[in-house]
Amino acid sequence: MTSNHLDFEQPIVELEAKLAELRNVGTSQELNLDEEIQRLEAKCAERIESVFSGLTDWQVSQMARHPERPYTLDYIPRVFDRFQELHGDRMFADDHAIVGGLAAIDGRACMVIGHQKGRDTKEKIHRNFGMPRPEGYRKAKRLMEMANRFGLPIFTFIDTPGAYPGVGAEERGQSEAIARNLLVMARLRVPIICTVIGEGGSGGALAIGVGDRTNMLQYSIYSVISPEGCASILYKSADKAEIAAGALGLTAEKLKAQGLIDSVIREPLGGAHRNPDEMAQRLKELLVSQLETLDRMTDSERLEARYDRLMQLGALERE
Amino acid sequence: MSWFQKLMPSRIRTEGGKSRKVPDGLWTKCKACEAVLYRPELERALMVCPKCDHHMALTGRARLAAFLDEDGRIELGQNLRPTDPLRFRDTKRYRDRLIAAQKSTGETDAMVVMRGALMELPLTACAFDFKFMGGSMGSVVGERFMVGVNSALEHRQPLVCFASSGGARMQEGLFSLMQMAKTSAGLAKMAEAGLPFVSVLTHPTTGGVSASLGMLGDINVAEPNALIGFAGPRVIEQTVREQLPEGFQRSEFLLEKGAIDLIVDRRELRAKLHQLLSLLMGGRGDGRLREGPVESIDAAVEESPADGVD
Repeated sequence: MTSNHLDFEQPIVELEAKLAELRNVGTSQELNLDEEIQRLEAKCAERIESVFSGLTDWQVSQMARHPERPYTLDYIPRVFDRFQELHGDRMFADDHAIVGGLAAIDGRACMVIGHQKGRDTKEKIHRNFGMPRPEGYRKAKRLMEMANRFGLPIFTFIDTPGAYPGVGAEERGQSEAIARNLLVMARLRVPIICTVIGEGGSGGALAIGVGDRTNMLQYSIYSVISPEGCASILYKSADKAEIAAGALGLTAEKLKAQGLIDSVIREPLGGAHRNPDEMAQRLKELLVSQLETLDRMTDSERLEARYDRLMQLGALERE
Repeated sequence: MSWFQKLMPSRIRTEGGKSRKVPDGLWTKCKACEAVLYRPELERALMVCPKCDHHMALTGRARLAAFLDEDGRIELGQNLRPTDPLRFRDTKRYRDRLIAAQKSTGETDAMVVMRGALMELPLTACAFDFKFMGGSMGSVVGERFMVGVNSALEHRQPLVCFASSGGARMQEGLFSLMQMAKTSAGLAKMAEAGLPFVSVLTHPTTGGVSASLGMLGDINVAEPNALIGFAGPRVIEQTVREQLPEGFQRSEFLLEKGAIDLIVDRRELRAKLHQLLSLLMGGRGDGRLREGPVESIDAAVEESPADGVD
C-alpha cells in the first residue's frame, strides 16, 4: 500500500501499518500485545468511520475511481457462476473495455455485461482505461439481443470514465453505437438490471444503462459529465473539479433523493475495496431479489413499466 | 417585413424604418467567404450564402417556418418550462442563464415543436435552437421531443428533427443525461409503430444529442459542412495529442464513413424530405403513390429538384 490509497485514507493506512507491525511483533516475540492490538483495532475502526461518515462529493468521486476498487471481473466470479466470456462485435473487433458473457445467478441462466478497467499499467492500456469504442457497445448490443432471443435476464455493470473520444471511434460511429443501444435496451423483452459499481461517465455509461432497475454502490458516481470536464467548461478551470463534483449532484445518495436511481447498495466500512466479498454478497442479494420482482411481471407489463419510468425522467414545470 | 423578421420576438426586432433610413443589420458578412450580403436576400435564401453556399445558423423557429407549409401549423409543448433541480451554479446561476437565454432568444427553451405539413404531407417537426444555451438538451428539450413523438404516434405521421446542439445540458446533471434514454425510447416506439423518423443534422451536433436521437433516424440527413460527432474536436485533440485532419467530423466525412445517408443543401430540404417521406409512407394503403404537390416557396432556388419529386 504505497500509492494505492487516497489522501483522506492516509490516517487509516498509517494506523493499519502500525497494527500490522504490532501483530508481527506479537507473533514473533510471544509478547502479549493483545490489549494494545485491540485498542488500535478499535481506534482504526473509529477512524474509518469518522473519515467515511463525512465524505465530500469530490471524495466520493475519488472513491469511485479508487485504484483498488473492485471492477466488473472482480464481481462476476463472486456474484455469478458458470461465467463464459464471449467476444467480439462480429463487425470490426473485440473491445476489451467491455466484457460480457453467459453466466448463472442463483441457479438462473443470464447474460452479464460490464465495463472493465485495468489494474496495472499494462492492463489499463489493454482495457483502454475502461473507455469503450463503438465495437464495445456493439458487442454489448449483440449479447443483449442474444439474451433477448433466449429469454435470459441481463445484468450490466457500469464503470467507465466515458466513451473513448478518439479518431477511430468517431470514424466508426461512436454516437450511433451509443444511441442504438439506448433504443434497443428500451424495448428488449427480458429483465434488465443495471448497477453502477464505480464511475458512471455520461453517455458511455448510459449506453449499457437502460433497464428496469438502476442501482448504485454507495461510493459510486453517475454524471452527465466528469467533474473535471464540467470544471474546465463551465468554471473555465480544471482545478475547480472539487466544486463541480458538488454542483453536479453525482453521488448515489443525491441521485436516489432525486428519484433518478432505484437503490443504493451500502459498501463495507471504508469502501468496497476493503471487503470485495462482502460487497459482492450484498450486490448479489439485491440483484436476486430485484430479478424475482421483475420475473413476476409479464413481458409486456415490464416493457410498459420500463417505458413509463423513462418517460417520467425530467425536472420541469407545466404552465 | 420578411418572414424571418416576423418570427423574431418584438423586443429584439429592429424597428428601423421610423428613426433611421438605413437600419442596422441590413447587410451581413458571410463568415466563410467574407462576401457582404444583402440581408433580405440572404433570408430569402434561408441564410445560405449565395456566393459560397455556406450554411449560416437558423433559429429553431425560423427553421420550422422555412420547412413547414405556411398553413395549419400548430405549436406543441409550449407550456413546458425549465426548472433548476440542482440549484446549479458555476460562474453564473443556472436560473440566471435561463432567464438570459429566454430574453435573448424569445424562446422558453432550446427546442420548438410543431405539427403541420410538408407540401401537404402531414407531419410533426422539432427543431433545436443553438442560440438557447448551445441547443443543450435538458428536461424540457427531452419532454418536447416526446411531445413531438407522441403527436406523430397519435396522428400516424412521420417525425422530422433538426438537430443543432452541443449535447446534454450540464446544469441539469443526470436529468439531462437521462433525456438521451427517454428520447431514444420514444424513437423505438416510432419504429414499432412503423412510422418514419428523419434526423436532419445541422451545424453543430455533438455529444448527447448526436449520441441519441440525432443518429437514430431511419434516414440521417446532414446539411453541408456541418460539424457532427460524439466528442468535440478539442477533446479528441487533447486525447490523441495530434492535429485532426481537415474536414474531420464534417458532413462529407460522415457520409464517407457511412454514418449518414445523404447531404442536402438547405434550399432543397423541403423537396428532398418530401420525396423521402412520401416514399417511406408509400407502403401504406394500396401502396400507390399519389401525385405530389409541386414545391412553391423556394422559387429563389434556381435548381430546385421539386419537379423530380413524387
